[in-house]
Amino acid sequence: MNAAVIEAKGVNLVFQTGDGPVQALKDINLSVSKGEFVSFIGPSGCGKTTFLRAIAALEHPTSGSLTVNGMTPDEARRKRAYGYVFQAAGLYPWRTIAKNISLPLEIMGFSKEEQQSRVERVLELVELSGFGKKFPWQLSGGMQQRASIARALAFDADILLMDEPFGALDEIVRDRLNEELLKLWNRTGKTIGFVTHSIPEAVYLSTKIVVMSPRPGRITDIIDSPLPRERPLDIRDTKAFIDIAHRVREGLRAGHTDD
Amino acid sequence: MKAAAVLGVLAVIVALWYCAAVWLNAAWTYDQAARNGTEVTFTLLLTDTMAQERPVLPPPHQVVAELWKGLTAYNITSKKSLVYHGYVTLVSTFSGFVLGSLLGILLAVGIVQSRTMELGLMPWAVISQTVPVVAIAPMIVVLSNSLGFGDHLGVSNALVSKTIIAAYLSYFPVLVGMVKGLRSPDQMQLDQLKTYSASEAQGFFKLRLPSSVPYLFTSLKVGIAASLVGAIVGELPTGAIEGLGARMLIGSQFGSPIIVWAALFAAAILAGVLILIVRVVETVVTRNMGVRV
Repeated sequence: MNAAVIEAKGVNLVFQTGDGPVQALKDINLSVSKGEFVSFIGPSGCGKTTFLRAIAALEHPTSGSLTVNGMTPDEARRKRAYGYVFQAAGLYPWRTIAKNISLPLEIMGFSKEEQQSRVERVLELVELSGFGKKFPWQLSGGMQQRASIARALAFDADILLMDEPFGALDEIVRDRLNEELLKLWNRTGKTIGFVTHSIPEAVYLSTKIVVMSPRPGRITDIIDSPLPRERPLDIRDTKAFIDIAHRVREGLRAGHTDD
Repeated sequence: MKAAAVLGVLAVIVALWYCAAVWLNAAWTYDQAARNGTEVTFTLLLTDTMAQERPVLPPPHQVVAELWKGLTAYNITSKKSLVYHGYVTLVSTFSGFVLGSLLGILLAVGIVQSRTMELGLMPWAVISQTVPVVAIAPMIVVLSNSLGFGDHLGVSNALVSKTIIAAYLSYFPVLVGMVKGLRSPDQMQLDQLKTYSASEAQGFFKLRLPSSVPYLFTSLKVGIAASLVGAIVGELPTGAIEGLGARMLIGSQFGSPIIVWAALFAAAILAGVLILIVRVVETVVTRNMGVRV
């Protein structure tokens, strides 16, 4: 049996705010195996981003145990276990695309030659070959976000954490990027954690869908998708797809009636 | 269209200036006429107020003529040449600007890196700017003369005091601009660096410093103008005989407003040139940083 890449047992996370404590995560139990594509879906305030940030050691659980590759999130980060893609591409405007992608490599101390070969490889992976010398403003929003994915892939982390990476893009671009992301996932075999607002996006991409609800942030349903790994865009019109989407919607609604 | 607007404004200013010159200089004309027992005709009023030797407000053409004479009529090493005086002021403006900018940048780095530094330094920086420079300038002059830093450095003590005064005025805008610039990266960018386990120093050199460049240049433009003011103020209480400030002082001591105004305009031109230089450097730097042109 595959060892869990991400394992959460009874994770609670409480933020201390001016209005008193806020329970952002309540009793989260989740196990993600290697090579899975896990989506976290739910309304604002359900803690999906907080959970992703906790995996990345950007937040720290107040109680419970959370391990990444069998280590604490902090250790995992130092071992370069994950690449993180934020909602905005966050490319440095004073660096070319190639130099942006080599930013983490510079920080981690890769040699110049190694940086160059890695940049070329990941540029190809996100289909941006030949754009390395461009500056970010010369690229469209979708291309910028692809560059930021390339940057997260550059240092060969096994896990890719993505926080609504396509949230700011229009639907047509988003469809394209979803398709490309699946291809990339198939080719690289990475474990992907993906936060989204969109039901079709979650169902289309994931092998596992984690449905969450707010106040306090908790998991209401975990769906293991029966869809095959090869997924053309028109899989969205099949009955299996519609059934899963229906179950996700039910899960979201169930979370809401608790209010 | 743009040129027309600029010229239009200029024409209005010149016209108002001429009217003011007639109005302010008229008293002298009437005085003289009363003393000589003659009548003041309108023509006399106009011609006389335009050509007095010690007018209260010299009209533009007198100022321009004096400025032109100061710039071109003398050898540039002559004590009468405005080019010479401008150069003297330029040197101390520049040395004060370099010193002040470096100080401002260093203090900003300290303030951004450490909360203690911020609490300890920022109030003093603000207080330093509430002290009128004309009050503190004479003290700096006296101190640098008696301590004799210039003798150790092989330059005049006057240059040292003017440099300090210019730096005193110019460090503050640079400090404020750089603090803002170094803090301009948003939380997402900082989190991103954290995911790479980047060190403080890496975050500073790869993110904070380049992010601060646009802020730096904005404040350098303010800083260099402030530096010029500092250098000129520094020339007033030194009993200096060189520099645009000294020129203004001489003009006012000898009751010759034309000289004061000519020196004033020379200073304004100098300020414009200095800001232009900063802007050229800014263009070169930002173009190399890939900014859209």
